[in-house]
Amino acid sequence: MGTTPLIKLVDLEKKYISQNNAVTALSGINLDIIKGDIFGIIGMSGAGKSTLVRCINFLEKPTGGTVIIGNKDLSLLSDKELRNVRQDIGMIFQQFNLLMQRNVEDNICFPLEISGMSKSEGKNRASELLELVGLSDKIKSYPSQLSGGQKQRVAIARALATNPDILLCDEATSALDPTTTRSILGLLKDINKKLGITIIIITHEMAVVEEICNQVAIIDNGRLAETGKVEEVFSKPKTDAAKKLVYHSSNAVNEMTGKRCIRIVFDGKSSFEPVIANMVLECRAQVNILFADTRDINGQAFGQMVLQLPEDEIISDKIIHYLKSKNVNVEELVDYVG
Amino acid sequence: MLDNTTMTMLFEGTIDTLYMTFVSTIFAYIFAFPIGIALVVTKKDGLRPMGLFNKILDVTVNMGRSIPFLILLIAVIPLTKLIAGKSYGSTATIVPLVIAATPFIARLIESSLQEVDNGVIEAAQSMGASLSTIVFKVLVPEAKTSLIVGGTIAIGTILGYSAMAGVVGGGGLGDIAIQYGYYRYQKEIMLITVILLVILVQILQSIGMKIARKTDKRVI
Ligand SMILES: Nc1ncnc2c1ncn2[C@@H]1O[C@H](COP(=O)(O)OP(=O)(O)OP(=O)(O)O)[C@@H](O)[C@H]1O
Ligand SMILES: [Mg+2]
Repeated sequence: MGTTPLIKLVDLEKKYISQNNAVTALSGINLDIIKGDIFGIIGMSGAGKSTLVRCINFLEKPTGGTVIIGNKDLSLLSDKELRNVRQDIGMIFQQFNLLMQRNVEDNICFPLEISGMSKSEGKNRASELLELVGLSDKIKSYPSQLSGGQKQRVAIARALATNPDILLCDEATSALDPTTTRSILGLLKDINKKLGITIIIITHEMAVVEEICNQVAIIDNGRLAETGKVEEVFSKPKTDAAKKLVYHSSNAVNEMTGKRCIRIVFDGKSSFEPVIANMVLECRAQVNILFADTRDINGQAFGQMVLQLPEDEIISDKIIHYLKSKNVNVEELVDYVG
Repeated sequence: MLDNTTMTMLFEGTIDTLYMTFVSTIFAYIFAFPIGIALVVTKKDGLRPMGLFNKILDVTVNMGRSIPFLILLIAVIPLTKLIAGKSYGSTATIVPLVIAATPFIARLIESSLQEVDNGVIEAAQSMGASLSTIVFKVLVPEAKTSLIVGGTIAIGTILGYSAMAGVVGGGGLGDIAIQYGYYRYQKEIMLITVILLVILVQILQSIGMKIARKTDKRVI
């Protein structure tokens, strides 16, 4: 895409300085996010994801570098200008953060009150948004009467009330069960299509990124490890941090006899062929599936598997050769088990 | 012994006590609200950190709270005379009551406002809310239940203080208890005034708690 980025982070740095120590939560972050993208930011706990997303709307003031939204450098804005920019950036949170003493309708009206919209207009907009998120029947309910998924829908409606260009989501599905997570992600995807809003999703779950993001950035220890298209980063992770996330290496199994492991990646059609079964029949060898994860990403069948090969070198080579002949992406993993 | 004049006196005493309590509470809240908000907002990790100002305010409030009420009552007599024209009677007693209750109520308000979840404040900031919007549309409404509970505690305390003012002729039930029970040794009347005071506190307490519960939308 040749368009100029909607969000541009240049050499972003955030240090937390307290009396006796300084924590560098982010450093050297350079990131371009294009309008209309669903951009995932993934990393381990403490990597700096929340700090990063909070720097995008200046809830956290970076200690270095610049944040450019559209054509505005946020660090150059006055308080009032910054508040205006924030009205164009919606945000949702893991804990929903709804006003507990206001009902659903009044919660959605809150950002509209801030923007100076009249009460009756606000009410109209609120019912429009509730329809969008599928909660029209809860208009007069209080947050305490709603389930987690419903609360997040209200939070989404509230975040969209002022027609923002950007929606920031900090672990928006982490407090929800898998089914509810899917429905919320579905809603976000829908909103992205319908409204063309740029969505930034912070998560520690690969599945979330795979489900809806088209671009992903992996952050590790406050630094940007890797960024690119989801398919590319997840099928060919280059950095250790990315590999760690993608291979779930912390789950590596130890009590196996064979030392050689391979990772195979399916792209598009090959995952529909029974490649593994055919390979086992052809090579007359047993393999151990250590890890398998196949699913549908952006309409493409996509997946990966980690296989432990037999101790016999010749049979192992035969297996690798067979898979390569079938145009399967094979990569040998060093020290996956041992 | 409960003749008509005594009954009238007790009735008027009750009205006087309620008058002093309510008027003092209202004035004390008018002064304490901005102080409570300032205490929260100017804290180190508050919405507008102002370290020195916060420290000064904090110490001032503490000093106000640590002066025993009876001493304050006597110490401010010149001021009371200046404002109310005299130093005895229920209207005059409102002056020391307001002075004593303001720092105490400011602390109650501070602690109520601090109970509001940080996440909600952050959400409001992310929407571009200004400081005054956050204070008056988020902090205060979200702390409503706790503020009402605090108000109930404040009224009970002020009612107790108002009875203490009876020592210096402060009017109301406390005054009657001192006049009859202490100086004239009519223990029954003293007992009745004490019972009346207990009943008043009970009623105010249960009304306050009921309102707090009724208006709380977090538990339905
Ligand atoms: N207010 C703060 N003061 C000091 N250090 C902080 C502060 N906020 C975050 N940090 C530190 O910055 C680092 C990054 O924190 P951050 O919350 O961004 O991580 P995260 O990736 O969102 O983690 P998680 O997945 O657990 O939410 C951590 O080391 C954290 O301890
Ligand atoms: Mg986080």
